[in-house]
Amino acid sequence: MASNTQERVTDIIVDLLGVERDRVTLNANFREDLEADSLDLVELIMAFEEEFGGEISDEEAQAITTVGEAVKYIDERMTG
Amino acid sequence: MGLLEGKKALIFGVANKDSIGWGVAKAFHREGATLGFSYAYESLERRVTPLAESVGSDFVEMCDVSKDEDVDTLFEKAQKRFGTLDIVIHSIGFAPKEDLGGRYSEMSRDGFLLAVNISAYSLVALAKRARPLMPNGGSITAMTYIASERVMPRYNAMAAAKALLENAVRYLAADLGPDGIRVNAISAGPIKTLAASGIGGFRKLLRASEQVSPLRALVTQEDVGNACVFLSSDWARYITGEIMHVDAGYNILGFTATEEELLGD
Repeated sequence: MASNTQERVTDIIVDLLGVERDRVTLNANFREDLEADSLDLVELIMAFEEEFGGEISDEEAQAITTVGEAVKYIDERMTG
Repeated sequence: MGLLEGKKALIFGVANKDSIGWGVAKAFHREGATLGFSYAYESLERRVTPLAESVGSDFVEMCDVSKDEDVDTLFEKAQKRFGTLDIVIHSIGFAPKEDLGGRYSEMSRDGFLLAVNISAYSLVALAKRARPLMPNGGSITAMTYIASERVMPRYNAMAAAKALLENAVRYLAADLGPDGIRVNAISAGPIKTLAASGIGGFRKLLRASEQVSPLRALVTQEDVGNACVFLSSDWARYITGEIMHVDAGYNILGFTATEEELLGD
């Protein structure tokens, strides 16, 4: 079952990147599979911070390359 | 009738919907101005174009402000499209990430010069080309930040650039005053934008600003937009060379801590 976090993360990705919802799987790589450029990645991180509360540092952000990694990070580290 | 009815404005530096320049654009549109947009690099086009369309603008052109020929071309296009201009907004800034943080004394020469080139000299480059397009006078407003006057953590290269930008505002105001062109800047409190994401720990800076500023508030893009409407309108016709703080009063503080933190037990 998809987690609530995954749903919310997917909503943000679909909205920001304008991709089909079924492409946003846990294994999807932001750059390679969802064709995000570096600016998209910054916008995604900002949107995650906004949605879930808290701050993701540059180093941490660079380690987030897939949808699954984003969901895992948010579940473990962010409050809301 | 809007405060900017009949005025034509060229806005530099919109990147996305969080941009301060976009807050200015929305306020200008509300007040009846005709708008044109210039963005910095290719990947911004698909972000800026729909925003521009939403305020009825079809003038969306790329311009690397560090290249004189780019700026020349941009203003030639603006002249073709608009004939004359009344307002130019400079909401442009860039510094290499490694020169936003770390020891100031370790800042690279190249990083410093790049920040100054794109963030400060660009105002001079725009003003030079705007002047002939403003035969009936006009208004040029730049966006700055208090890191130019006071030491703020991590701003390093951008702080240097903003100090030069404010200096350029004063000298341009003196130079262009006889042409009826006013030049001012808005020094806004911290706002979470794409550019601000280059400053590590920005969220903490936002929180601290909100806690200590006299109005206990964070400035929004809309607040800057509204102040910019005033500065760009005829109501501000004798205001030039001014650095206007739109920062919930933060700039008047000596100690930037709450009274409880400073004097409480």
